[in-house]
Amino acid sequence: MSACLDIRDLSAVLPNGQRVLRSVSLSVQPGEVRALVGESGAGKTMIGKAVLGVLPSSVRIVEGDMLLEGEDLGRLEPKARRTLIGARTALIPQDPLTALNPSRRIGSQMTDRLVRILGWSGERADTRIRQLLDEVQIRDPDRVLKSYPHELSGGMRQRVLIAAAFAAEPRLIVADEPTTALDVTVQKQILRLIAQLQRDHGTAILFVTHDLGVVAKISQKVSVLYAGKVVEEAETAALFAAPQHPYTRALMAATPRYTDPFASLKPVDEAVLAGLAAEIAAADQAWRRPHG
Amino acid sequence: MDERRAPRRGVSPRLWLAGGWLLLALLAAIFAPLVAPQDPLAQDLMLERLPPFWLDGAEPGYWLGTDSLGRDLLSRLIFGGRIAFIVAFAAAIATCLVGSTLGLISGYFGGWADRIISRIVDVWMAFPPVLFAILLVAVLGTGLSSVIIAIAVIDWTRFCRVIRAETMGQSRMDYVENARIAGYGRIGIMLREVLPNVVPSIVALLSLEMGIAVIVEAILSFVNLSISTDDPTWGGIIAEGRISIHQAWWVLVFPLITLILTVLSFSQFGEALKTRFDPVLR
Repeated sequence: MSACLDIRDLSAVLPNGQRVLRSVSLSVQPGEVRALVGESGAGKTMIGKAVLGVLPSSVRIVEGDMLLEGEDLGRLEPKARRTLIGARTALIPQDPLTALNPSRRIGSQMTDRLVRILGWSGERADTRIRQLLDEVQIRDPDRVLKSYPHELSGGMRQRVLIAAAFAAEPRLIVADEPTTALDVTVQKQILRLIAQLQRDHGTAILFVTHDLGVVAKISQKVSVLYAGKVVEEAETAALFAAPQHPYTRALMAATPRYTDPFASLKPVDEAVLAGLAAEIAAADQAWRRPHG
Repeated sequence: MDERRAPRRGVSPRLWLAGGWLLLALLAAIFAPLVAPQDPLAQDLMLERLPPFWLDGAEPGYWLGTDSLGRDLLSRLIFGGRIAFIVAFAAAIATCLVGSTLGLISGYFGGWADRIISRIVDVWMAFPPVLFAILLVAVLGTGLSSVIIAIAVIDWTRFCRVIRAETMGQSRMDYVENARIAGYGRIGIMLREVLPNVVPSIVALLSLEMGIAVIVEAILSFVNLSISTDDPTWGGIIAEGRISIHQAWWVLVFPLITLILTVLSFSQFGEALKTRFDPVLR
């Protein structure tokens, strides 16, 4: 069975030649949740955007392939690529406020895509949306569908976006820090909802996060990213049981624990960062030689 | 949940006052032949420089007095409103169409389109607008349509700049990216997702532009470049009033008040409309 998403040796550069993605390889099997964990600036979101075809225009992919259900995205015509990505993927974004159009009602935003892009009848789209709203435990769909985004709370907006992401039955969902902008109590509910819908619909998820606690709860596999490079990749359980790379171990050590709330926060160890810098410099050297 | 649906603010006094004056002026202009007490062009040298009604020597029926040719000032102001409003609406709409379209394209597509349009705007704005207007009308010839064309040609940059900036801000929002991922085309996103969020600004600018058009028309009339016929215009009356300021101040003051009230009302009305059109502020 071919992978739902297969990224091979993906490298991307900024206009000044600096690499932001360093030969990234990762795959997501159908129905699997793959966590992508790293600090801010590590390139987690960049990978998500690359898959969805919305990289900022300054970032250029210079090498590597992305296969979505066996189709090589790099080889498709732009239009065919857009259609494929639109039909098979969806995004659960980080900020549920800016991800909804402020001047359109929730209902019209949610059904619009099904009707205009996928060609459903209005009635079918409406039924589908209501079914999804029920799955994300929105009890008063009539009010929500009539609302403008600013009339809903952050948690409600994120539920709406989760419902919208699953509505067209995509094969792959990129969840880009979907709980970061929410407060802690809501985070837990939202995480549980995503996990629930993921299981029910059998959708593969590329789950981008900086939170190892979230990784442990939701994912089957993890890729640890540092400076655009995958430094460790493992089954989630194995990673937590025996982290191999010193950076992973340092990240885990830096995670605050509820058992000892008065312990001071530990930054990642200097020696580990120095080691990483050397590792990345060596990788860049090796990469530059054949690429000029 | 309920406090989120804050009760809609009632119509603000600002909107009432501004809208009220505009409606009054507009109705008077439309029904000018019915409401004007005198023929605006009828001269009567026996009635020259009659003062307004509360001063000694005023004649009944000449509420705001007469000018140096004995023409009724109020009637001239009412008829002058016709040209002012025609110019305001036509010029503002033309300006809005050109400026908003280019601003939307420039802000949404960025890149080359943006660079070219922005440079043109920069060069355009380097011309002094009034001089530019006088020059244009001198070339196009006087008349209603050339005044309207001149205003649109000069002032589209105002719309272009503002709408470009607004569009750029909106285009960076995640909902635009989401629409890209979902597979919408660029032009579809621009028109269906971005444009509705820019409409409040367009409405506010449109109203402001009507006020500006009234001023520009008055300036052109003042320098005798507007409408070459004998039709009274506010700028023309002001020009006449300036000459006779020492003998008949009212000929200068009343058209000035009318002009200022109208321009102020347009801009206030625009601001008030903006908040009503904006789903977040509303």
